[in-house]
Amino acid sequence: MATLSIRGLTKSYGDARILKGLDLDINDGEFLVLVGPSGCGKSTLLRMIAGLDSVTKGDIRIGERRVNDLEPAARRIAMVFQSYALYPHMNVAKNMTFGLKFSGMAKPEIDRRVSEAARMLRLESLLDRRPRDLSGGQRQRVAIGRAIVREPDVFLFDEPLSNLDAALRVSTRVEIAKLHRLLKATMIYVTHDQTEAMTLADRIVVMNQGEIAQVGRPLDLYYAPANLFVASFIGSPAMNLFDIAPAPGAKFGGPSVEPFGLDPAPAGAAFKIGVRPEHLRLDAAGDFRVAATVELVERLGEISYAHARTKDGKAVVAELRGRDVPEIGDAVSFGAEARDLHIFDADGLRIDAAHVKPPG
Amino acid sequence: MRRAGVHAVLIAYSLLAVAPILLVVMNSFKARNAIFGSPLALPGPDSFSLIGYSKVFRSAHVFTWFANSLIVTLGAMVLTLLFGAMAAWALTEYRLRWTHALALYLSIGIMVPIRLGSIAILTMMRAAGLNDTLTALILVYIAQGLPMAIFILSEFIQQIPQDLRDAARCDGVPEIRIFFEVVAPLLRPALATVAVFTIVPIWNDLWFPLILTSSESTHTITLGVQQFLGQYITDWNSVLAALSMAILPVVAIYVIFSRQLISGLTAGAVK
Repeated sequence: MATLSIRGLTKSYGDARILKGLDLDINDGEFLVLVGPSGCGKSTLLRMIAGLDSVTKGDIRIGERRVNDLEPAARRIAMVFQSYALYPHMNVAKNMTFGLKFSGMAKPEIDRRVSEAARMLRLESLLDRRPRDLSGGQRQRVAIGRAIVREPDVFLFDEPLSNLDAALRVSTRVEIAKLHRLLKATMIYVTHDQTEAMTLADRIVVMNQGEIAQVGRPLDLYYAPANLFVASFIGSPAMNLFDIAPAPGAKFGGPSVEPFGLDPAPAGAAFKIGVRPEHLRLDAAGDFRVAATVELVERLGEISYAHARTKDGKAVVAELRGRDVPEIGDAVSFGAEARDLHIFDADGLRIDAAHVKPPG
Repeated sequence: MRRAGVHAVLIAYSLLAVAPILLVVMNSFKARNAIFGSPLALPGPDSFSLIGYSKVFRSAHVFTWFANSLIVTLGAMVLTLLFGAMAAWALTEYRLRWTHALALYLSIGIMVPIRLGSIAILTMMRAAGLNDTLTALILVYIAQGLPMAIFILSEFIQQIPQDLRDAARCDGVPEIRIFFEVVAPLLRPALATVAVFTIVPIWNDLWFPLILTSSESTHTITLGVQQFLGQYITDWNSVLAALSMAILPVVAIYVIFSRQLISGLTAGAVK
């Protein structure tokens, strides 16, 4: 168990900068999830922490030790790979003990750890099997077992659920969460799946193009995204964004957005307002109103998604509850409360101080 | 129709390839008169004879030659596989400054036949005092087999998932053990393929035993058989019997490795 601190971490391949000077602190026993679109550098960051990719610039510390130049095994980490990466020619027990053999650990201690991990992950009956005789979920449990027996300071997970089918993904996700509570170890988990990120994480790091877009608790990210990238990345369906410009009478509005007041008015003329689909209502009341034409309605039962388009061509998605849903072709006016609006300045950064005043 | 055409071509080619071998084996079981009288006939009750085999078994040197062939072939094979796999691993896994140049240098070995260097090899072996030894043959055959072995094994090593090597590194497995205990076991089909490619030309080689060994005690079987060929009289019974026996080990190796060989040859093509 240990803290982890990253300072000015940079990774370049020639001229291509993959990571651009990251700073990040991870608490002891924390479950940290790195999330972002593919190519954002999250896997590279994980591999650098593991010691599988070299550090171009900056420092990685695990506990008090600077680990930049240490071999992966010397960093006291264990990694679980997306492809499981089990040794195909060894049975489950050997897969778990293979690495321990080289650490000079006594046989009774190895046996104790393996039987404990096997019990924890319900692998006891599978210890003699080869990986090819196991299902995907069992393989992933073996891969996790191989990490557990090392009793590492930090667990690293690289998209461990991506190769599993949907049902297994949910149950394995729950198991990983339980495991974290049980082991109380520091865990760093890379995924591109925001459900995994939201459900597992103590804190989420959203990455974009080699930089950290925001670090925060799942609900903080959801309810107070720091910038446009996080706003549109977290949440499904994605947040609706509207371009806003000054309107007559010290008000603001857009092509389909009714003029409204802002206090204090944000600096700069153009900005954006974001509303999550579940905060849009059909009754056209509320502080913020937008007119659109319904193009498609997806009825899921408890909720329905109304996909609509404003007259300037912007797509709007509203999540509606109950039976009261519009028909395709209906001209509707969506409304939202002032407290549910997210305001972003011209640079895409959140403006917290502005208060929306209702139209009229 | 097209399949039939393809099969006809393949069958014709197989017959062409097998016919001489069949002729050798068939005639090795016939008396001398029958070999010349009707070379294409199967051994019958009146032409059947084991005289060739009994002569070969009585000749003191045949077993030495067989043993020499085995020592040279297996020795060269084992070392070619070992060094070939290690070199292939080093060239694919570690990106060092000289990796590219080294790989290029080795690939020249595939293109330039080693026999071009015969005279230089002969002088070198003389200078090293290895003339007329099996060691000399083994060394030459390693050099002969290594470029192709490295080339084929590199391809296979690249197909072993990167995650597996990374997992082993995170597990604290030393690099040398990663190679021997994680990579090498997964290379088995490839090693079988390379083994066959290496063994057959060595076993059948006449050239290097001819120029590098002079005494009968260091002859290999292919060279030894030449002893039965005289300028005026050739002991065809013995020649054919010895050649038939010399075919056996190669066939045996093929049978043993064939299953692995098929998976080895197709693995690269299918994926």
